[in-house]
Amino acid sequence: MTDNGNTRPLVEVHNLKEYFDINMGLFKTRPLKAVDDVSFSIKRGETLGLVGESGCGKTTVGRTLLHLYKPTGGEIYYDGQIIKTKRDIKMLRGKTAMVFQDPYSSLNPRMTVSDIIGEPLDVHKLCKTKAERTERILELMGHVGLNSEHASRYAHEFSGGQRQRIGIARALAVAPEFIVCDEPVSALDVSIQAQVINMFDELQEKLGLTYLFIAHDLLVVRHISDRIAVMYLGKMVELADASEIYDHPLHPYSKALMSAVPLPDPNAARANKRIQLTGDIPSPLNAPSGCPFRTRCPYATKACEESMPEFKEVSANHFVACHRVEEINS
Amino acid sequence: MALLEVKDLRTSFFTDAGVVNAVNGVTFQLDSGKVLGIVGESGSGKSVTAYSIMQILSDNGKIVGGSIKYDGQELVGAPESFMKKIRGNKISIIFQDPMTSLNPTYTIGHQLVEAILLHTNRTKDEAQERALEMLKLVNVNEPAKRLKQYPFELSGGMRQRVMIAMALACEPDILIADEPTTALDVTIQAQILELMTDLQKKLGMAIIMITHDLGVIAQMCDEVIVMYAGSICEQGTADEIFYNPRHEYTKGLMRSIPTAKTVGERLRPITGTPIDLLNMPKGCAFAPRCDCALKVCTMEAPKPLNINKDHRATCWLNVKKAFEDGILTEYSTEINSPRIEDQIEAAGKGEPENGGEQA
Repeated sequence: MTDNGNTRPLVEVHNLKEYFDINMGLFKTRPLKAVDDVSFSIKRGETLGLVGESGCGKTTVGRTLLHLYKPTGGEIYYDGQIIKTKRDIKMLRGKTAMVFQDPYSSLNPRMTVSDIIGEPLDVHKLCKTKAERTERILELMGHVGLNSEHASRYAHEFSGGQRQRIGIARALAVAPEFIVCDEPVSALDVSIQAQVINMFDELQEKLGLTYLFIAHDLLVVRHISDRIAVMYLGKMVELADASEIYDHPLHPYSKALMSAVPLPDPNAARANKRIQLTGDIPSPLNAPSGCPFRTRCPYATKACEESMPEFKEVSANHFVACHRVEEINS
Repeated sequence: MALLEVKDLRTSFFTDAGVVNAVNGVTFQLDSGKVLGIVGESGSGKSVTAYSIMQILSDNGKIVGGSIKYDGQELVGAPESFMKKIRGNKISIIFQDPMTSLNPTYTIGHQLVEAILLHTNRTKDEAQERALEMLKLVNVNEPAKRLKQYPFELSGGMRQRVMIAMALACEPDILIADEPTTALDVTIQAQILELMTDLQKKLGMAIIMITHDLGVIAQMCDEVIVMYAGSICEQGTADEIFYNPRHEYTKGLMRSIPTAKTVGERLRPITGTPIDLLNMPKGCAFAPRCDCALKVCTMEAPKPLNINKDHRATCWLNVKKAFEDGILTEYSTEINSPRIEDQIEAAGKGEPENGGEQA
């Protein structure tokens, strides 16, 4: 991705917070900090990959970004405009879309493919006549490699990969500029996964889309993303260009994450020096004080216990939140 | 003699929609202390192969042919009382989802002790001790406390450790791991794989590792079987399969995985959709999705051919190449000619050492 610093980012997030109230017995609730103070921006036409382990808040970031959850704090800007009022949200919904992980539960089994894809067209009143609607549906199906004969079928008649295509066609219906892809290929077999990844690439080129690509498969994320952000326990710990974060991860968690990827190559796997993390991810309800990673971090010191490190730019376009980033990497 | 010998195993499911031949003539051997990987997509028959070995198929599933020999003893058709002695004692299995394979209403300790009492002659106290020892072996922290906890109080990685502890409590010769890390996060997956490798070395057992992740295979396995639509496409040492794949499906799988080399490029996926086991094509099952399919591929199923002593593949392209290289002679163009089969058979079985060709 070329770095033209004067262009305005399409999506900008400042200090985004999303807390959920968890019932702890009668009348008692505790906040679960699913996303805590996350800031980033996505340029037009770019793909930002968001990785992290289950419960780190990556899905919540995607959903809060589209105002599917009301943010607890922080600002979201879309194309330079702050999203606050109901009108803003409606505008946002007309320009953004989401693709979900599970192609089985995200499609209504009682609706035909043409109804599924046509629903956003109806909701946003995008087609004036019936003929226009049909034409648009067929066009969308063409985008994702489905035939017109598929239009009258139901979701259960399709394989997982084809269902995901239907989900993508539905997302494209509002002619979005920005799509949040929440683990869109995790449920698919390897050979089908590759087909769908290619389709995301092609659609981006053809329609000039911007993606937030959420996934836990690091090989897939590296392939599709221009930049990658790593999250841990609700915080963003590192953000950099895709190749940079793979080849030179700076945060101890990113280092462990990258080294844990099983490489499909026996010699590389034998040579790979894995950094073993001990212990499990703490519950977000009992997040450790200071740096969230300190309980598993081999470099943790007293300072890490006391304060959350600042998310700062250590080299051009490479952001890390670690107190000891200089010492560890020198 | 190999520890486990599976020969021409066939398992079918009798469903309302028709008979599904989930495993179609699978043959392999497992030596003690080896790690064998079975890789394939959903519906390829890899799990059914494992369930057939353990004979834990669902009610409508049945082994319809072939043989499974454990330590020389035939398991197919063996009485249930005999299988009970094998299961857990000699061959153990761990499943993909550690949440659903533990009983949520009993403590970890209760479930571990139950398994130990069932399979050994230990007293209750001895079983308790053994349970604690097993939890220590799989690196569960605070093992004594865990014994009194319920599955929901443990994380996914911890639960999988408990499952491994349970499977290993009777020191089996063979551990079957059915997608043991698929439900886990990468850093936890790395821990579990490391643990399995350590235990395998320590206890000297053999492992059958079933997964769809070629990365896990590359990291863990000595030998690999690639399955598609209930049949073996290719089997051999890990190095042979990864660096000298001789089946178009294996090659397609390797090309489908994003790597450092594919950054900025399009992936080259396998085209088409996964196979419908109720509508199996005539000939090679992979032919409808294969870019290099010959005419013969759509008419007759290929037979396995030895590529070299460490490698066996079931693809007509290898037969064609063998003819072209002069390793097989007397080529008959008639598709149903039995002579081809004879020759493949001969090339496959006879002189495997020099019968192979490289390049």
